[in-house]
Amino acid sequence: MLLAIVAATALAPLYAARISGTDPFLSTPMAQTNGNPVLADNLGLGVTPIGPGWRGPYLFGPYLLGADTLGRDVAARLLYGGRTSLLVAGAATILCLLLGSLAGITAGFVGGLTDTALSALIDLLWAFPVYLLAISLSIVLVNEGLHLGPITLEADDKLLPALILGLVYVPYVARPIRAEVRALLARDFVEAAHATGGTRSHILRRHILPSLLPTFLGLAPIIAAMMLLTEAALSILGIGIQPPEASWGTLIADGQSLIYSRPWVAIAPGLAVALTVLALNTLADRDA
Amino acid sequence: MTRLLRALAVIFGISVLVFLIFFATPGTDPAARLAGRGASPETLAAIRHEYGLDRPLPLQYAALMRRLFWTRDLPSFVNRGQLVVPTLLRAAPVTLALATGAAAIWLTLGLCIGLVGALFRRAGALVTALGLLGVSIPVFWLGEIVNLLTQDRLRPWFAWVPPLGLRDQSWTDTALGYVLPCTTLAVLYAGIYGRVLRTSLADAYRQDYIRTARAKGLGETRILLKHALRNALLPILALFGLDFGALIGGGTLLVELVFGLRGVGKLTYDALRNLDLAMVMACVLYASLFVVLANAAVDLLQTRLDPRRR
Repeated sequence: MLLAIVAATALAPLYAARISGTDPFLSTPMAQTNGNPVLADNLGLGVTPIGPGWRGPYLFGPYLLGADTLGRDVAARLLYGGRTSLLVAGAATILCLLLGSLAGITAGFVGGLTDTALSALIDLLWAFPVYLLAISLSIVLVNEGLHLGPITLEADDKLLPALILGLVYVPYVARPIRAEVRALLARDFVEAAHATGGTRSHILRRHILPSLLPTFLGLAPIIAAMMLLTEAALSILGIGIQPPEASWGTLIADGQSLIYSRPWVAIAPGLAVALTVLALNTLADRDA
Repeated sequence: MTRLLRALAVIFGISVLVFLIFFATPGTDPAARLAGRGASPETLAAIRHEYGLDRPLPLQYAALMRRLFWTRDLPSFVNRGQLVVPTLLRAAPVTLALATGAAAIWLTLGLCIGLVGALFRRAGALVTALGLLGVSIPVFWLGEIVNLLTQDRLRPWFAWVPPLGLRDQSWTDTALGYVLPCTTLAVLYAGIYGRVLRTSLADAYRQDYIRTARAKGLGETRILLKHALRNALLPILALFGLDFGALIGGGTLLVELVFGLRGVGKLTYDALRNLDLAMVMACVLYASLFVVLANAAVDLLQTRLDPRRR
């Protein structure tokens, strides 16, 4: 059941084009006047479906969940928005896990002054309220984009929010990984490897890294869940994914102005976020 | 003492970090923002001079901090008539009320859920599910749905809820207006607290001192309240300190936005959007102060309450 939800959401981008039937960026009244002037009587009040409906030729026809303010198909945008949300959350999770374990392993394994410096930095980020840091970085970067040496990310690049999210949550990975490395270094089998003449790099590759895998895998779904929620929050605030791209967060924000008249515009993407995050959290729970 | 110094060092580090993000990155020239679109270079230079933005960065930082903490007369960058510190202090009670009300609800609920989960084995799965559900819901969305139901669809039942975003209401209306925001916020935390409590209660019941207490012939209620619960509350305390500190510091932002409250979160967000750097610095320092304080308080209380760590 859980895996089915995860799989269905994860694969949604792939089958989105197949089942949606409409274009998520198409604004219907305009499309009809441009494309097929004969259908003029389809325009006007009460014709473009505003609520959930099954008016299409198929069971899951166009406008399953109605249209938003611009006449765009909410169900189609939900699928395409999910593509963005999952891409951003996935990229951010990978970045965060990589950076976090790099910092955690370096601090834990090397120790000494490196550990002190890295730990101080991580503690600093840890005490910084996550949302505040993410918002600060987003506001600076969303205005100007990022130009750092050879790396250039335009201001409306989808990977910019991913980069910010990935950086902000680094302490959440680095701290447990560092603690785990410290604990492993004190264990008997590491000492035994040391006593039998194993070099430091051998111990790191053969003993520490494989033993970290469970911690790592346990963290991954939790981090991914946090990424999805924070991406939604940033996009709701207007500093995550930028229009015309859609993500579940921007869809919730779009729906806010319609909440009393067409509640499904906002309810559906929120439900999508909640279900995906719930599935990820439950997945993490099983492992633990 | 070392703990205090550490805390101060962290706050200092955060203030420098925020300062660098906003004053030293090319993307956010505060002078350009203040001058408006298409300002002449002369105007820009004059504004830079007026706000002290043409001075070296360390000096700018020092001047900002002095006016923030010492003279407390730092004006907002956007609205010159508005002093930063009083504005922040006016917004603080809103967030404080929101966070405190929510904390009262979620601690009560969490305690009930945890106790039910620990006492009735069968409820275990339900408690787990509640905990997971709470941490999976996007809070802004939950707020929107609460608004949809209470302001519109189920309005007859919720006629006592005042409309959103009103100012200068009677104090009863103000108080009633906090009920739903607090509840919404509490929903996110109640489940996970109940779950943590259940786990730690189950752990506590496996300890030897519980067996000793039973052997002495103490009643089950007494064992639960005096022995098991007392120790099981330690992890809850740690969790609570961090969550509550973050909320008071403005972590309530999304709830404030969706329910039209004007607290620290909203203030911080507006300041960030307008690049009102003076206000941003004040808000971020205020927030990190609470996070750091909460961390320190949790540390201190844990050492005091846990006999093993004394």
